[in-house]
Amino acid sequence: MPLLVADKVTKRFGGLVAVRELDFVLEEGSIVSVIGPNGAGKTTFFNCVAGFYQIDDGTLTFDGMAIQHMRPDQIAQLGIARTYQNIRLFTNVTAIENVLIGQHRHLRSPWIASVLGTRGVRAEEAAALDEARRLLVFAGLRGRGDVLAGKLPYGDQRRLEIARALATKPRLLLLDEPTAGMNPAETGGMTKFISRLRDELGLTILLIEHEMRVVMGISERITVLDYGEKIAEGTPREIQTNPRVIEAYLGRGYLERQEQRQRTAAGDTAAAGET
Amino acid sequence: MTTALPPVAQLTAVAWGHVIRTGLIGAAVAVYACLVGIVPTFHERPMIQGIISLGQTALVLILLGTGYLAARRHAAGLTALTAGAASGLIAGAGVTLLVIVGQLIDLRAVFSPASPALYDVVTFELGVAGAWIPAAFGIGLGMAAGGLSLLAPAVRRSIVNGLLAVLLLGLFAGLLRTPMLGSPLGGLARLLFASNGLTIAGAVISFVLVTAVSHVPRRVDIAQPLADLPAPQRRLLTLPFLIGGLILLLVIPQALGPFFAQVIALVAIYVLMGFGLNITLGLAGLLDLGFVAFFAVGAYTVGLMTSTAEYGLLQWPFWAAVPFAVILAAVFGGFLGLPILSIRGDYLAIATLGFGEIIRLLAGSDLLKAVLGGPRGIVNIPKPISVPPDHFLAGPDQIYYIALACAAGVAFVAWRLRASRLGRAWIAIREDEDVAEALGINLVNTKLLAYMLGAAFAGLGGAVFAGLVGSIFPSSIDLFVSINVVAIIIIGGMGSLPGVVVGAIFLIGIPELFREFSDYRFLFYGFALIAMMRFRPEGLIPSTIVARELHGDAEPEEPEEPATGPAPSAAAS
Repeated sequence: MPLLVADKVTKRFGGLVAVRELDFVLEEGSIVSVIGPNGAGKTTFFNCVAGFYQIDDGTLTFDGMAIQHMRPDQIAQLGIARTYQNIRLFTNVTAIENVLIGQHRHLRSPWIASVLGTRGVRAEEAAALDEARRLLVFAGLRGRGDVLAGKLPYGDQRRLEIARALATKPRLLLLDEPTAGMNPAETGGMTKFISRLRDELGLTILLIEHEMRVVMGISERITVLDYGEKIAEGTPREIQTNPRVIEAYLGRGYLERQEQRQRTAAGDTAAAGET
Repeated sequence: MTTALPPVAQLTAVAWGHVIRTGLIGAAVAVYACLVGIVPTFHERPMIQGIISLGQTALVLILLGTGYLAARRHAAGLTALTAGAASGLIAGAGVTLLVIVGQLIDLRAVFSPASPALYDVVTFELGVAGAWIPAAFGIGLGMAAGGLSLLAPAVRRSIVNGLLAVLLLGLFAGLLRTPMLGSPLGGLARLLFASNGLTIAGAVISFVLVTAVSHVPRRVDIAQPLADLPAPQRRLLTLPFLIGGLILLLVIPQALGPFFAQVIALVAIYVLMGFGLNITLGLAGLLDLGFVAFFAVGAYTVGLMTSTAEYGLLQWPFWAAVPFAVILAAVFGGFLGLPILSIRGDYLAIATLGFGEIIRLLAGSDLLKAVLGGPRGIVNIPKPISVPPDHFLAGPDQIYYIALACAAGVAFVAWRLRASRLGRAWIAIREDEDVAEALGINLVNTKLLAYMLGAAFAGLGGAVFAGLVGSIFPSSIDLFVSINVVAIIIIGGMGSLPGVVVGAIFLIGIPELFREFSDYRFLFYGFALIAMMRFRPEGLIPSTIVARELHGDAEPEEPEEPATGPAPSAAAS
């Protein structure tokens, strides 16, 4: 059953069409990547799903429910969480408080009860703190809970942002370039971590990523955007050989040169000529 | 140029450019203090009886400071002394020049304090014949400051502590003396304090005593072992101090007299409002410059419901009216909040500023004169607790205790809220609204709650104020009430509850104690705010987290390798 369905989604900024009639289906429990050159509309699409932008046309359906007119907090309540391309932690509070804030939607104490310090509130707070510690450990941040989020090293900040998103107990996690700015070793660790999110927590993951090793390594399906339009969709292998994708990334000239090279090199063995 | 200088005590030759610049700044400050009238006004109060007045002390401090700032970058003895003396001379010469110019031209047309009285203050009554005196003092004090900069830091600190003690005791002499005279300490009071200011003996004794005591090497550092103790034992140890502080607070009005009690009651009212604004501004990050509006709602509600004079509607007792005042203020907060909560940052400040002014103008308007009494306000608001006139709770003491109790209660509420789910949501909104929303936090509800709770605290402040003064006028609803509260939070430390208390003592209590200098109140404010922003932007008692961020110092714990991510060096090759 599809978890997220985008039907002819269009988002315009003035005269610019950032996303044009995008159709997109995300199956529950899958890891899907959205790739494309800079300015292709990937993050815009994320912002539409998360409710940051109101779409101009089309529908967005999450778990059978239309979400295109919902506010971001309502969408979050449904179980969509996200991270950001440029990390957006609450930098002036500690790491563990970031995670606690993420749990907001699962805590129920009314403020009056918090002031009175009722037994229910104390139990809830203790449980929340336990859960936050557990999430920090899961994200590989054991012992970093009392450090100000803004003081954490870069890779830890990325992981903390994911831990904060996990604290909302989402069903769908939107990761916007989770390995941006990481060195190859860190990237490898992050890739494994993302796989664990799906395998151990059963999350559905939608990923924007530039690092092709990550994309090809963990995605089951890939959607390619260029100038706001979907130009290809398929398994990693299909995408790698798709001429439109290569064209979008490397330019028409590259394709033509390659075709030429193929023609001259394979002059006689030219049997399998499929277009 | 300044940046090229080494930070401390490294120069071996006199950096004349720096010395001259510092001296000129000192001269400007000294001449300014003279011309705006600080020196002559403060001269009315003696610092050390028969030796030096407060006004002269101000000049001495300016000259000392100039000399110290000029000298402290110099390492060698002679250069430091030269630098101090030279800059002190320049600063003092500024005042000398002022005396001479003042003799030739009458400056009073522009600067009314520039009278012969001013020149007498700075020349020890010699007039123009003593014009050399400030310059000479400049050399002497500058050199002394240079010498001070050469001393070992520990010695210097002790001496500065001694000087500070003399300064503080001199300032508060009048306040301390009166209650002491009536007690067994009367003899000591007569030895230390003159009718106002210190006696010579008092100055010498306090200086020597404080210097000596602060120079005794600290045998044990109390704070660290205390922090290492397990929580229950630590609580047991700090408990006596808490109880002692509480008893001290309770006996203050009896010990120090009704004037002091009234001042502290006013401080407590501002603490109340400070806790309220600390929610809206310190936690949720919503800058509200119209906070006085809720104060007004609280005060007028109590006035209307309890007053026994004209405009009083119900003649209820004070306590019956307080809940209504608080609730109505919160409702007003909701009304104000709804339309403007989508406004962000600076625009929000302007919108709330407008709201505060609207309420003030409405209260004094002809339109509502029939209800609120217009400029004449509402009078005859009864005291919260009616007691016979000779009862110990008859005077301002009563309001002191009530304000203190309310402040304690509100502090408790604010503290619990900070640590709750709601408090965290507020902080999330302050830090990044968009992200907070994407985490499922309803911005409208959460912000509205911040507004309403902040407003409720302000309404309580207004209610207690009405009880304290016994009347409420539109003129009490001044923009400066709002500004005071914002300044309290900024000076105390954003988001910090102890900071609010300290800020209120600093900005409300101390100016009230020096009523005679009230002309310079806002000068003091401006100076304090600028100094805070320059030297301690996180406030006097910052909430611990803010402090770590703004000072950017190293994290106390340097954690080992992360659990999952491999070491970065692995990828280097």
